[in-house]
Amino acid sequence: MTDIMLNIENVDKFYGPVGVGVHAVKGIDMQVARGEIIALLGSSGCGKTSTLRMVAGFEAVSRGRIHLAGREVHMLPPVKRNVAMAFEGYSLYPTVTVRDNIAFALKAARLPQSEVESRVRDVAQMLEITDILDRFPTSVSGGQQQRASLARALIRDADLHLLDEPMGQLEPQLRTLLRGRIKHFIKERGLTAILVTHDQTEANALADRIAVMEDGVLQQYASPAEIKERPANLFTGTFVGEPPMNVFPASASVSAGEILLNLAGGLVLRYPEAEFAPEVRQSILSRGDVVIGVRPYAVHRGEGGAEAQVVANQWLGDQTHIAAAFAESTVVLVEHDRARLSEGDRIRIALKPDDLHVFDPDSGMAISHGRGLA
Amino acid sequence: MDTVSPLERVLRGLAITVVILFFMFPIVWIFLMSFQTNETILRVPPSVVFEPTLTNYTALITGKLETAAGTLEIAFMRNLWNSLFLSTASVAVGLLLGVPAAYAFGRLKFRGSEDIAFTLLSFRFAPPLLVLLPLTIYFQKIGLADTYVGLIWVYQLIVLPLILWIVRGYFEDIPADIEYAYRIAGHSWFSTFRKIALPLAGPGIAAAGLLAFIFAWNNFIFALVLASADKQPVTVGALAFVTASGIQYGQVAAGIVLSIAPTFALALYAQRYLVEGLSLGAVKG
Repeated sequence: MTDIMLNIENVDKFYGPVGVGVHAVKGIDMQVARGEIIALLGSSGCGKTSTLRMVAGFEAVSRGRIHLAGREVHMLPPVKRNVAMAFEGYSLYPTVTVRDNIAFALKAARLPQSEVESRVRDVAQMLEITDILDRFPTSVSGGQQQRASLARALIRDADLHLLDEPMGQLEPQLRTLLRGRIKHFIKERGLTAILVTHDQTEANALADRIAVMEDGVLQQYASPAEIKERPANLFTGTFVGEPPMNVFPASASVSAGEILLNLAGGLVLRYPEAEFAPEVRQSILSRGDVVIGVRPYAVHRGEGGAEAQVVANQWLGDQTHIAAAFAESTVVLVEHDRARLSEGDRIRIALKPDDLHVFDPDSGMAISHGRGLA
Repeated sequence: MDTVSPLERVLRGLAITVVILFFMFPIVWIFLMSFQTNETILRVPPSVVFEPTLTNYTALITGKLETAAGTLEIAFMRNLWNSLFLSTASVAVGLLLGVPAAYAFGRLKFRGSEDIAFTLLSFRFAPPLLVLLPLTIYFQKIGLADTYVGLIWVYQLIVLPLILWIVRGYFEDIPADIEYAYRIAGHSWFSTFRKIALPLAGPGIAAAGLLAFIFAWNNFIFALVLASADKQPVTVGALAFVTASGIQYGQVAAGIVLSIAPTFALALYAQRYLVEGLSLGAVKG
């Protein structure tokens, strides 16, 4: 059996009276295994920080329970939960040096001075802040403060490490370097961590599992690969992935051994019935109206298929993003070579059945991914 | 780049001079009066040319007031000490009660907190006499009339709302996450209050204390009604100079100079601190 470190059971958060105030977190159920790194991913105001703060004890849980390391903690004050946290706003103590900020909790726990020093040195080296240890927080840059705040959390022997947007202020190069180091640091020590971020690359690079949140609801909780390949619903499908998934409303019908997906503007995508498993066919056809989604890197050009007209062509240095008018909407393609296309050019694009994600238009839930049922 | 025209500069200088004259004239005049006898003060027309004398100050310090009707005993130095003691003690008690209360109002949003905070502030709106009459009766019944404890208690009506509202703004300005970071590192909220919130709100607490001290020092009516001669501060003690043989303007002036000297010096010394402190706390809406 997996060793569960954190168990969030049906937790709600209301700002204001329960049932009346703003319902920021809605019935979240989540388990985090010991030694696992989880990313809470979502846009601003989706409830991810509220969830994190309820786990830390800074916000009261309106409904539900939280268990941490086998203890029921949702009624305990932060001091008794044994969690460490790196704050989005850094929140360093301005009156003491960066070194003392990092060592604060270890000193409070009365660890021997030599151990405190060696641990501060290790974490500072890992985060490249050794040179600012004796400076005061107000005299160092935002990125350095952020790393000091991260160091202050990571240095602790807590049951759970909560990292709220821990790398938002860092330069891209440093961010890439530190992602690897931080993951190694956490894994090597067997720490359990929850990372809150709106940066998908960060979530993909660091997390074993990603919890996608929107409007206070946990949309999907799965590995980065599964979220990308098998999005549970339209939100996850379009939120995760850069550029976002292309989606088109369609009505499905069958004719002469072919499944027809009728898009807006009279565009029809035709697939032999045999391309889809019988249960997928059944599920799609029984609904009639569906939404189809396809990731930009899975949209192929010049292989027959439907016509589209180029509206933009951007070379980003390592890939091309092409936007084209398609089915009274826009389809975005990603190619790895520079495309010699101008605005107004006509191209033909193909959407392979393996790459199609089909969603229910009413509930937004996934019906099928490629040839199999969701 | 200097965009101020010469005319504008002259007008500005003129305006500032008028304002300075308007505000400084009474202080300078009182200062000059304190070195004159009643005769030179009351001559018509008044003049800034006179033979300075220290008799007014001597009378205050020795406690013997020479009037046309004879020598009067006055307790000015005692009054000065009373002012110092009452103001200091009131501010100390005010800080002791007001700072934790301000923290509670700033940080812990509990039911009715705004109402309680506003009620405390509303003490400042009521005319003091409204409170004084019933208070005098109560104080006499419970033995607090004409005691330092009673006066310090009543002075809380002046200092407590002031400290509470100024310091509260400071606590609200400290990002709550700094305190959370400390608490999550294994400290109680009380320790967080002591080690994080108090030092960070230090300048605001000092500014509020200073302002409260000045307000307490300048109070007149509470001590006038609730204290007898030996407990009265300088503001009330100055009434002794209104004698049967007329008002002793010279001594009044010297008394005023001596009584405003501590707060004046304090305000001058801490002027920048005070302005910065008060405006910082007011920034956040």
